[in-house]
Amino acid sequence: MQTTLQKLAVLADAAKYDASCASSGTDKKSSLKTKGIGSTEGMGICHAYAPDGRCISLLKILLTNYCRFDCHYCVNRVSSNVPRARFTVDEVVDLTMGFYKRNYIEGLFLSSGIIQSPDYTMEQVVAVARKLRLEQKFSGYIHLKTIPDADPALLLEAGRYADRLSINVELPQEESLKRLAPEKDAGRIRQAMGGMRIRIEDAKAERKENRKAPRFAPAGQSTQMIIGADAADDTSILRASSTMYSSYKLTRVYYSAFSPIPDSSKILPLIKPPLMREHRLYQADWLLRFYGFGVEEIVGVHEGGMLDLHVDPKTAWALQNRQWYPVDVNTADRERLLRVPGLGAKAIGKILGSRRWRSLRLEDLARLCHSVKKVMPFITCADWHPGGLTESAGLKATVAPVRQLELFG
Amino acid sequence: MKRVTLAHQLDFDGWRTAARSAVLAAVLPDQIVWRVGDEAADDLFATDEIADAPLPAVDQPAFTVSRAFVDLAKELILHRDPARFPLMYRLLWRLRSEPHLLADASDPDVHLAHTMTKSIHRDIHKMHAFVRFKEIEAPDGEAAFIAWFEPDHYIVEATGPFFMRRFTGMRWSILTPDGSAFWDKETLRFGPGAAKADVPDEDRLEEHWRTYYASIFNPARLKIDAMQKEMPKKYWKNLPEARMIEGLIRDAGSRMEDMILAEPTKRSKLAAAVAKQTPDAVVEPMTKPETLQEARAAAKSCRRCDLYGPATQVVFGEGPEDAEIMFVGEQPGDKEDLAGHPFVGPAGEMFNRALGEAGVDRSRVYVTNAVKHFKYEPRGKFRLHKKPDTGEIQACRWWLDLERSFLKPKLIVALGASAGQGLLGRAVRVNAERGTPMTMPDGAPVFLTVHPSYLLRLPDADAKAREYARFVDDLRAVRSVVYG
Repeated sequence: MQTTLQKLAVLADAAKYDASCASSGTDKKSSLKTKGIGSTEGMGICHAYAPDGRCISLLKILLTNYCRFDCHYCVNRVSSNVPRARFTVDEVVDLTMGFYKRNYIEGLFLSSGIIQSPDYTMEQVVAVARKLRLEQKFSGYIHLKTIPDADPALLLEAGRYADRLSINVELPQEESLKRLAPEKDAGRIRQAMGGMRIRIEDAKAERKENRKAPRFAPAGQSTQMIIGADAADDTSILRASSTMYSSYKLTRVYYSAFSPIPDSSKILPLIKPPLMREHRLYQADWLLRFYGFGVEEIVGVHEGGMLDLHVDPKTAWALQNRQWYPVDVNTADRERLLRVPGLGAKAIGKILGSRRWRSLRLEDLARLCHSVKKVMPFITCADWHPGGLTESAGLKATVAPVRQLELFG
Repeated sequence: MKRVTLAHQLDFDGWRTAARSAVLAAVLPDQIVWRVGDEAADDLFATDEIADAPLPAVDQPAFTVSRAFVDLAKELILHRDPARFPLMYRLLWRLRSEPHLLADASDPDVHLAHTMTKSIHRDIHKMHAFVRFKEIEAPDGEAAFIAWFEPDHYIVEATGPFFMRRFTGMRWSILTPDGSAFWDKETLRFGPGAAKADVPDEDRLEEHWRTYYASIFNPARLKIDAMQKEMPKKYWKNLPEARMIEGLIRDAGSRMEDMILAEPTKRSKLAAAVAKQTPDAVVEPMTKPETLQEARAAAKSCRRCDLYGPATQVVFGEGPEDAEIMFVGEQPGDKEDLAGHPFVGPAGEMFNRALGEAGVDRSRVYVTNAVKHFKYEPRGKFRLHKKPDTGEIQACRWWLDLERSFLKPKLIVALGASAGQGLLGRAVRVNAERGTPMTMPDGAPVFLTVHPSYLLRLPDADAKAREYARFVDDLRAVRSVVYG
């Protein structure tokens, strides 16, 4: 008989390949009225950081790592010989409350291997959330992984308790999914995401009319793609993201570098995780969502459909589109400033506020952005013009010095 | 020089009163020394205590400052640096002649204030994150929770309400060197500073928490700098999980190497057991569908053009198999793509309304599209409808012909140019050909009218009403042709 502690070691290890840890962007909740435990106030909180640099915000575990599926990239696939464990519903509830009361976590991220049937598995996951919300009066954050084939009534109940729901698409191309995750169905996953978007939007609209209307996943839905397990290039990954952001209004797409697992599959040799590639994809994702870039613009400046590992995608675009520069920080509009490497949305907000009262000089700019040196080749201001620097052949070497990528994985 | 002595570190009212008097007495910012309580006076040259030599008394504020400044100053006072008091006064002084000062983030004083508030916000955020409660048994036998924390700034009172909203249902105390917060499930109180020794060393769940911390760490992704940037070493001494860090880092490299080098093992027994329970999936050979139901099922895996890729699902036609009228639209839209049913979006609603007004029973007709996947362009969080091209219409005609052959409708109504093209196999001009009797190459009669989405796009209300009436007239004509 395994103890809860032994199960925790197995079922946290089994959950760590899911990159999502967010606890932000949900409804405001507090316990003042319920006299219970838990609150969410918009901003997520990272309660600890592991030496992998990742935030620990939620108790991220599997209900069980027994699984009928044989997804080759997955540590929990049926053909693997890893140790197995299964929590009871009460064990998960007790751990969540115990950790939460000690201020270790923001809440629970519960996922599960598929046991017996999709409905049976989903019912167990929902039972945990139900007990937390209704019996424990828990108002912290709950993220549930949903199973596309489960009964819609269960998904509806899951959305009532959960702040966020997610389904992982895992791989950007349907062909790879067929090969590496034979039991999964890309079409069913897309339909489930579509169905979820409808419910999230309907619930938001209803709650606008009537504040007592039930919630449905107020922090939205997210998904994850594994990077480097198949041959998909960055272009197809970013196209898949852009398709999903626009189709299903995802809050986030997570990119998870394919990482070594104990007891690997024969058909999927292990590699060192491509961490720098993952990082570049996140940067490109940011450009898609907050900087007005299109997928084709981002990947168009790269050869072979892969982002340059040595230079961030915004700088790469700037180096290929030098006719755009220099941008005058005292007159340019927001859209144009967003294209300047080294200027983020926050700094631009400050520039726009500040320049109403003074003509900005380099010295002023240095107080508004992280590195004035990085932006100098691309801007003019009251006391600076880059002259031929913007056009110079050596610019790439200056703004994107070739580093030992070995250090960055 | 003037001197102001504040009652304590967070004596905002004292600061405000003194600052107001000083401004009115035109005391320049560099002519005041601020100190707190009985702090050692390093102000050798400061002679007059403002309180000792009262400035002209002011009942009514002779000047006002913006709410933004008051909010900023109330935050700044939480900072541990004594330089905050003169900075607050300098900003106040300058605001009188530079009312827009706070909007200029590049001003050195404003920049310094922002740097200080940023440090305070971070400290508050880290306190929210890194306080670790330990469970104790209170004298009355009920559980209570107690924590020790060492913040950078004077933030115990600022963070108290957060912990109260979050941990309403339990009794807790948070002790720090500067002050303490207490919640008894009813009232939030603050008290003097305490010592680390007042809090127990261990808690019954810390072993679980450390196990979780070690198990959730991925040794193949070691990024020590990223960890320390967000969880600097100064916090480690009060974090029960931090004692794991050294060992996890030390073993990470070899753990990763071992995983990569390990030979794949034999298939698990579990896999064999599960395989026994699971019947092999029967793969049916793809033949030409012989019923509408078969066609609908087969269309799910259609790859006749590339549109299936970004779309959610195929949207096949719907309606009774003995329908006498078959309506053909262009393609599913955003809503249809998600729902998997045709004509359920805004254009579908308009279509239903017009059908009703024309006296056509929606449940008796069949509705479908010339192209059965949604073609669009992603634009941030939205999808822009894109017209299907000739190749896509041509590819999808295969399904349209199948639907037609099973339904054998009396009349086919083409809604818009793409539908016309899908049915007639040539480009059509809706305005020129609308209402004229047409037949398909095999003799089936076709009636052409506008697509309801055209009505939605008309900008002016008069044109909209006129065109809508015309559309309803067309549908009436269709009804009388088919039902007499």
